[in-house]
Amino acid sequence: MTMTSIKEDEVHTDGGLDSDPAKKEEPREFASGPTLPTKESAAAAKRRDRFFTIVIPLCVIACLIVVWHVMVKVNEVPHYILPGPSLVVNSLVSDWHILFPALLVTAKITLMSLALALLGGGGMAILLVQSRWIETALYPIMVILQVTPIIAIAPLILIYAPTTQTALLICAFVVAFFPILSNMVQGLKSVDHNLLNLFELYGASRWQTLVYLKLPSCLPYFMTGLRIGGGLALIAAVVAEFAAGSAGAGSGLAFRLLESQFRLNISRLFAALFLLASLGVLIFAITSFISWWTLHRWHESSVKREN
Amino acid sequence: MVIAEEGSQEKNMLSAREPSTSRPLVEMKHVSKVFSNGTVALSDMSMSVRPGEFISLLGPSGCGKSTALRIIAGLGGISQGELDWPSLRINARGLPDGAISFVFQEPTLMPWQTVFGNVYLPLRLKGISKKAARERITAALESVGLEEFDQAYPRELSGGMKMRVSIARALVTEPKLLLMDEPFAALDEITRQKLNDDVLKLWKSTGITVVFVTHSVFESAYLANRIVVMKARPGRVHADFPLHTSLDRDAGYRTSEEYRLACSEVSAKLSEAMGGGEH
Repeated sequence: MTMTSIKEDEVHTDGGLDSDPAKKEEPREFASGPTLPTKESAAAAKRRDRFFTIVIPLCVIACLIVVWHVMVKVNEVPHYILPGPSLVVNSLVSDWHILFPALLVTAKITLMSLALALLGGGGMAILLVQSRWIETALYPIMVILQVTPIIAIAPLILIYAPTTQTALLICAFVVAFFPILSNMVQGLKSVDHNLLNLFELYGASRWQTLVYLKLPSCLPYFMTGLRIGGGLALIAAVVAEFAAGSAGAGSGLAFRLLESQFRLNISRLFAALFLLASLGVLIFAITSFISWWTLHRWHESSVKREN
Repeated sequence: MVIAEEGSQEKNMLSAREPSTSRPLVEMKHVSKVFSNGTVALSDMSMSVRPGEFISLLGPSGCGKSTALRIIAGLGGISQGELDWPSLRINARGLPDGAISFVFQEPTLMPWQTVFGNVYLPLRLKGISKKAARERITAALESVGLEEFDQAYPRELSGGMKMRVSIARALVTEPKLLLMDEPFAALDEITRQKLNDDVLKLWKSTGITVVFVTHSVFESAYLANRIVVMKARPGRVHADFPLHTSLDRDAGYRTSEEYRLACSEVSAKLSEAMGGGEH
């Protein structure tokens, strides 16, 4: 194609009336624009912003711990009712050999079930949107599975599963599966109709449409499913272990929680709780990071609004 | 009005064949289109598109302009009548094979792809490697003045620039027929005039055939050398007439007496079409 005349024309008019390129939405050139006096201060402001988003929550947590400590000391609360923070830290260190293996077990179940749920939920979603009949046939079953509380199904799963570990895995999977599935289905159905038309016009195959259009465009939905599913998998892993009531060396943090409760070892209970919360935060941080990393370049949700 | 379901006649299924020139690009004969909810979008519409024309499909909203354009593109079947692309290569599905490009009202870009990736799409779907496509993509981007923005993401661009990317994507396959569905309706007046001029220049320099849907009298009188005015409920052709001018269609033409006359002619036809269609 040889249409360079147009290009030249645009170059001339860019400085004048033309409303469009470069000026309206301060894009890329600004990165290298040395004339901007605000660049330095903007970077500094950004750094300060980031600093505060970390420091403020930490301060709040530190304050809460101090209040906790003072309340326990002043009111002389017995340690079997509410141990002070120092006692909890003590337990965390002295019982590390018990708690850490339990943490690993819970983490393993959570992550494995999440991985299975990602594969299963993603795959099932792709299958469901292929045909309305498949969806009609299978979707109600998915919903029933989802709305029945996992704690109620857990005893059944415990009977049929070969080992307790498998049962826990199944429970966590069932719970994490649905948000991923339903988000993916929603995403696959929300593909821009005009883009679908465009793919049809260019004679794209079903496979090309799936890989180049449907999967990328449902990525934000998938990421939402991942974040919800990650949190739910941990909850389900704990709940299922409560239901299983399994004991012994191979058990997870949930069992250690119950055990500490029975023995009135409240400081260890707090320590176990702390580890569970940390695991939850870690999963949330990782899934949020994955979500940000895959979407930040193009999706509105990951882009800071600039007006 | 009842139109029988004649599924077997939906498209005239010709086996794959080679194109011939000098015949019309598109031939619509007595085409009707009924949507699944019973709405009659088009009724007995006949129209042909000859090579080199710049046709403006003009009409009130809801008169089936966009539906007609989609039918011309081979998107969505027809309920009755005959539809053919006599001078285009037809693929096994009975549809034109790659010689038609479409520009939608929205830029319709993939937000997860860069400008380059978006323009690459039609070639990628044909199985052309990125390396082999690079030159054509660059040429297409140059033709809309965006060659420096190939690595930008759509959200970094203004509305007018996004539309340019959309046009570049349409041009990258070097189509014979460019279909535009109210492409600049959502843009401001200044950008719109600029892009109108760009499309005209493209049309002049490449000899591409354009069918341009709009509801603006001024736009169609400025751009087209043939105007098809449509009437609503059900959608059909009300008037089909050429619009010749001895002048160059540029900024000077906009203020000329000839343009004013053309506008009033088109406007009169449009009011006729609208008056007849309303109760």
